[in-house]
Amino acid sequence: MTTTQANRIELALPKCPTGIQGLDQITGGGLPKARPTLVCGSAGCGKTLLAMEFLVRGAQQYKEPGVFVSFEESEQELMDNVISLGWDLEYLINQKKLLLDHIYIEPSEIQETGEYDLEGLFIRLGHAIESVNAKRVALDTLEALFGGFKSNFIMRAELRRLFRWLKDKGVTAVVTGEPGEGNLTRYGIEEYVSDCVIMLDHRMRGQVGTRRIRVVKYRGSPHGTNEYPFLVGERGLCVLPLTSLGLSYEVTTERVSTGIARLDTMLGGQGYYRGSSILVSGTPGTGKSTAAISFAQAACQRSERCLYFSLEEAETQVIRNMRSIGIDVEPWVKSGILQLHAERATSNGLEMHLITIHKLVNEFKPHIVVVDPISNLISVGTGEDVKSMLARVIDYLKMKGITALFTNLTRAGTPLETTETAISSLMDTWILLRDIENGGERNRGIYVLKSRGMAHSNQIREFLLTDKGADLLDVYLGPGEVLTGTARATRVAEEKAERAGRQEEIERRHRDLQRKRAVMEAQVAALRADFKAEEEELKKATAKTKMREGVLTKDGEKMRRMRKADE
Amino acid sequence: MADEDETSYQEAKAIKEAAEWVLRLYVAGQTRNAVKAFANLKKICGEHLEGRYRIEVIDLLENPQLAKGHRILAVPTLVRKLPPPVKKIIGDLSDTERVLVGLDLLPAWKGVGNDEEEKRTKRQSGDI
Repeated sequence: MTTTQANRIELALPKCPTGIQGLDQITGGGLPKARPTLVCGSAGCGKTLLAMEFLVRGAQQYKEPGVFVSFEESEQELMDNVISLGWDLEYLINQKKLLLDHIYIEPSEIQETGEYDLEGLFIRLGHAIESVNAKRVALDTLEALFGGFKSNFIMRAELRRLFRWLKDKGVTAVVTGEPGEGNLTRYGIEEYVSDCVIMLDHRMRGQVGTRRIRVVKYRGSPHGTNEYPFLVGERGLCVLPLTSLGLSYEVTTERVSTGIARLDTMLGGQGYYRGSSILVSGTPGTGKSTAAISFAQAACQRSERCLYFSLEEAETQVIRNMRSIGIDVEPWVKSGILQLHAERATSNGLEMHLITIHKLVNEFKPHIVVVDPISNLISVGTGEDVKSMLARVIDYLKMKGITALFTNLTRAGTPLETTETAISSLMDTWILLRDIENGGERNRGIYVLKSRGMAHSNQIREFLLTDKGADLLDVYLGPGEVLTGTARATRVAEEKAERAGRQEEIERRHRDLQRKRAVMEAQVAALRADFKAEEEELKKATAKTKMREGVLTKDGEKMRRMRKADE
Repeated sequence: MADEDETSYQEAKAIKEAAEWVLRLYVAGQTRNAVKAFANLKKICGEHLEGRYRIEVIDLLENPQLAKGHRILAVPTLVRKLPPPVKKIIGDLSDTERVLVGLDLLPAWKGVGNDEEEKRTKRQSGDI
């Protein structure tokens, strides 16, 4: 009975929530409660901040007082460093929720003469813990502490003892340390004596820095094994987990207009699904931004808030350019329903973009979000990074039920049905814009490559930018050719002429036949008349002959009688 | 250079010959190291500071707040309160030579009178 109980307790390892955004998600609830956690990373990757936030959140949100022992920075420095994050340490200290202790170590002051231990430190620590009844402890950093003493042998033993001691005290501890050469840690034993090891990393790629966090080890608990980007945001650290968001968002059958009437028709007559993600891709100048802004405008007209991230054009430029096709977004911007956020893709790391999106979405609570174009982000990270960042954005927006439209520039020469970031699989609807070159001109074509969950048109339409916004036209679908623009118009005219010509021909032939019939009938009449005339003549002749014969007979008798013949 | 040596020598001499030595030994309970340190300290003082020293033993277990107040991390720690300046020596004081250097009782540059000091001076100048 007791063993099973003990087992059960071990199974459900108690955790101590850090309160740091995202960190509790990747650790499955927080750090191991009443055990030490090692946070290692080189200079400037956010160790101290993580340790401090752990204590501040503990004091503010979880009613767990904490002790921060610093071997590097003084109390005042620590307070000043985090005031910009809105953490008022002084207040917490006065409330007895936090205790800062700067332990100053000057190696040159200390002469070592034989064996010693760090019991003084433990006593000092124990005293500090007791004075605020601390449940959380942070030690920052191990190297500064142990660097003050010469005997490596004693230090290793004391390190072990320190972790053991922290465990015995029942405090959840965050101990920071620096990575050793080729090793996770300087002494090579820190990671073994800790129950949880979190690795921080600050990496430069190109000229853009990215901070990353990884849970290397977590005794007795499953944890996310990936590297997650994290940021020092305005309110502290923010870890951005990818997988923890999962695929469990609510879906709706509600539709939203694309802002282009005939495109709605192509998408089953009603437009996009609300809360779906839409990709509009195409080569340069095919009207991606127009499609995007049309969508935004439609949202504004429905009185829905719209957040528009422009990674290419300045706000004023967007407004001016869109006015040229009859879309005036300025009133919407002025009324605050449309928020244009213009920023160069390269001005920030991917994670910073991500956090900006998160932040603005949280503040503005938009119904739709547009990012134009996402392909620009490629310049800030590798394809993989961008994909994982976008996956995060998409998941995040989906979770919030926000309809998101992304444009993507397809480089000339690459197949149209590709996105450099290979994110098409994350999208629900994919509208493809392409140019169709024909007859010495270039026209825009549009079609729906895919649209999950709706019957969509398979037709190519001509995408027309008029001074009254975007419109779609049927393209000319002749035998073996697709024509647009002037070619289409010419072809249509030609066809009309051809049709008219054919009509005339038939009429002519009708008339011909009519005439022929008339001729024929005239001839028949003539023949009949001839025949009749001949017949008449024959009759007359016959009658004459008869008469003559009669006369002859009469005459003969007369003659015989006159001759008084003897026969 | 010689002048500097001379001042240093004068200072060292003043410290060595100071009339009152106050030495504090911080310990945490009656540990093996604490007992050893106290014994070693008594012996050294007896040999070098006959009659003009005072040893105060402070047990941090009894006064835990002093660990912070007096900035003690390692135990045992020996602190020379007088003569100034304050000096800190950690360990069980088994390395007598280093204790003496730490307390300024054994200047490395000019030995005076003491066998051990002479040995050290010679060792440094390469005589031995």
